[in-house]
Amino acid sequence: MTTEIIRLPGQDLSSEEMILNLGPQHPSTHGVLRVVLRMDGEVITGSEPDIGYLHRGTEKLSENRTYPQMLVISDRWDYLSAMSNNLVWCLAVEKLMQLEVPQRGQTLRIIMVELNRIASHLVFFGTYGIDIGAYTPFLYAFREREKILDLFEEVSGARLTYNYIRIGGVMADLPQDWVGKCRSFLEWIKPRFVEYDILLTENPIFKDRTVGVGILTKEKALSYGVTGPNLRGSGVSFDMRKDEPYSGYDKFQFEVPVGKNGDCWDRYWVRIQEMKESVKIIEQALDHLPEGECNAKVPRLIRPPKGEAYAHLEAPRGMLGIYLISDGTEKPYRVHVRPPSFINLAILQEILVGMKVADVIAILGSIDIVLGEVDR
Amino acid sequence: MILPVFTQSQKRSVGVLVAMGAIGSTIALLIGELNQRIFQVWGFVSEFASKISIPSFMLSFVSMVLQCSVLIGFISVSVMFMVWWERKISAHMQSRLGPMYTGGWHGWAQTIADAIKLLLKEDIIPAAANPWVHRLAPVLAFVPCFLCYAALPFGEGLISADLDIGILYIFALSGLSVLGIVMAGWGSGNKYSLLGGLRAAAQSVSYEIPRVLSVVPIIMFVGSLKLTQIAQAQTGFWHVGGIPVLPRWFIFYPVIGQLAFIIFLIASVAETNRTPFDIAEAESELVAGFHTEYSGMKFSFFFLAEYAYVFLSSGMTTTLFLGGGSGPLFPSWVWFLLKSFAVVFLFLWFRWTFPRLRVDRLMEFTWKFLIPWSFFNILAAGFMGLM
Repeated sequence: MTTEIIRLPGQDLSSEEMILNLGPQHPSTHGVLRVVLRMDGEVITGSEPDIGYLHRGTEKLSENRTYPQMLVISDRWDYLSAMSNNLVWCLAVEKLMQLEVPQRGQTLRIIMVELNRIASHLVFFGTYGIDIGAYTPFLYAFREREKILDLFEEVSGARLTYNYIRIGGVMADLPQDWVGKCRSFLEWIKPRFVEYDILLTENPIFKDRTVGVGILTKEKALSYGVTGPNLRGSGVSFDMRKDEPYSGYDKFQFEVPVGKNGDCWDRYWVRIQEMKESVKIIEQALDHLPEGECNAKVPRLIRPPKGEAYAHLEAPRGMLGIYLISDGTEKPYRVHVRPPSFINLAILQEILVGMKVADVIAILGSIDIVLGEVDR
Repeated sequence: MILPVFTQSQKRSVGVLVAMGAIGSTIALLIGELNQRIFQVWGFVSEFASKISIPSFMLSFVSMVLQCSVLIGFISVSVMFMVWWERKISAHMQSRLGPMYTGGWHGWAQTIADAIKLLLKEDIIPAAANPWVHRLAPVLAFVPCFLCYAALPFGEGLISADLDIGILYIFALSGLSVLGIVMAGWGSGNKYSLLGGLRAAAQSVSYEIPRVLSVVPIIMFVGSLKLTQIAQAQTGFWHVGGIPVLPRWFIFYPVIGQLAFIIFLIASVAETNRTPFDIAEAESELVAGFHTEYSGMKFSFFFLAEYAYVFLSSGMTTTLFLGGGSGPLFPSWVWFLLKSFAVVFLFLWFRWTFPRLRVDRLMEFTWKFLIPWSFFNILAAGFMGLM
């Protein structure tokens, strides 16, 4: 819903553009992001995201860390889905070392990553509610997320930076009764999705705020390299789990939800549907959890052979990739991360123009960035 | 039938509530109509005054001061209660507990503690602000609201100024409050505040119109602008075939009453700047909108004004649509307070359920939806009057 700016003759003489620094301290920039907005009244005429406030130089840091040590740092990229970060690092190293993870280890990894996807999308759901002005969904989402974090705590000892998925497998096998607890959580969360739909998805005010706002066309999304729910919201069915299965995703039955118009509501809806699909995947994984070892045989000192590897996977926010060069020592020679949030954020400056201030928040929220990953 | 299972503390809470309700209703029944008690007491006072030969103008001056203090006292106490109530209600809606410690029982003293904290806080005027505009704004936001209370009937005969143009007076004065908000927005020297103030101005101006227009059918039916007369017109019952079905409240008037009620309620929520119409202080967009730069006592004045307006709107809704103080058994002031707080609950419920509208959609909603329908309502009321 682009608003036309009507220029009356002589008006340019008196009116003045206002520059508003949205952030870095602002309640809804989801971290420390600064967006420099040029505004004519409430209408945006130009925008420029300014990033780097959370830069910690993890790519450079990795050159002085051993391969297992880097896992700890990978937790801190996208701190809302640390499991995916762990997994992509392990996939890259395993590719270099040509390790084969046992079936049980792979299934455990999928369970954790999918649970983390639900938790991550729940945070999106809650914070998006706050962005739009509804406070209650936030508390509901965090109530559910709390249960997932409890499950993670039992399995890995941590609630945010798990460091659970390790090179060659996972940290440890499941504790007793964990499968039962996970199942009861899944049963518990299913009716919650109906609650969310009543509270937000089908709410007329919410739809009014999001439908037709911040439209990202298929072509533009593809040309900017947008991935994840943002791309699927624009109508492109692209999901690494389906198109290039890793860790045995090809054994699972699930749908890839795809939006139609590429507006904020579609991006939101895709994420809600993805949570439901993740529940399905976890259920299948729990049903067919293979017995046996969960770790491959890994040498005590990890020294991958000289060479390069690129591993990527479908993180909750899009395609997360690692490009890794090894020079044969115990430390990587060079690491490059392809963070989905960073690339998704780039579309902001294009789709914001012509929107209202209120839409800026709605659009920024719907892109769902994590600044820890944008700046690394 | 499955009975809900209560925990020990829940049982205790229910017990406390029931006991409080029983004690409260007994006291209310003992007191009876408050205006009669007041007249009795005032009769004694004036008798005593004439004995010691105090001039009558002094007496009327004292009466005015007393009325003002009672109103201010009522506003502050009810606002404190509403803030605590809102925190408890929102907490329970969001599966939390809310304040639990201060004061012992369910954190009842939380707002008192908060008010003391706000009083003791440093008063900051930002360097970029215009100091006098910045200082004057909270006063200008609150004073009109307080003046409005003078014409609000709290029950039978409980009104400090029973004006013939009561409704007009309240509408006119409550429209003034936006000046304070615009001044706060402009005088703070902050871009977010400025945007908030501009939004508030646009919003108040637009929503004032359907709010006034929605009341016109009532005025047409009653034939008076006097709030006490409107409340009086709603005593008794609607009869269908000689059997009393519903109280004679205006909200139960077929179609016109409901339409007017809905328009009035929506416009009232918008007037009080509360979600889903809280665009002037939209936290996620404008940090805190017009009161971003305010702290301490000045902030608490904005807060006070907002909640006072909530109660004022609820009181007006009660008087205009819910029969004012009419009701069985209890005296009229009890019924008025019960109904008003029920409407306040509605306001709180909206706030913790709905997302926020966008500013241009908000304008579209009032100009393209509320105003045409309120005109239609007036037309329908006119036809009803002809028949």
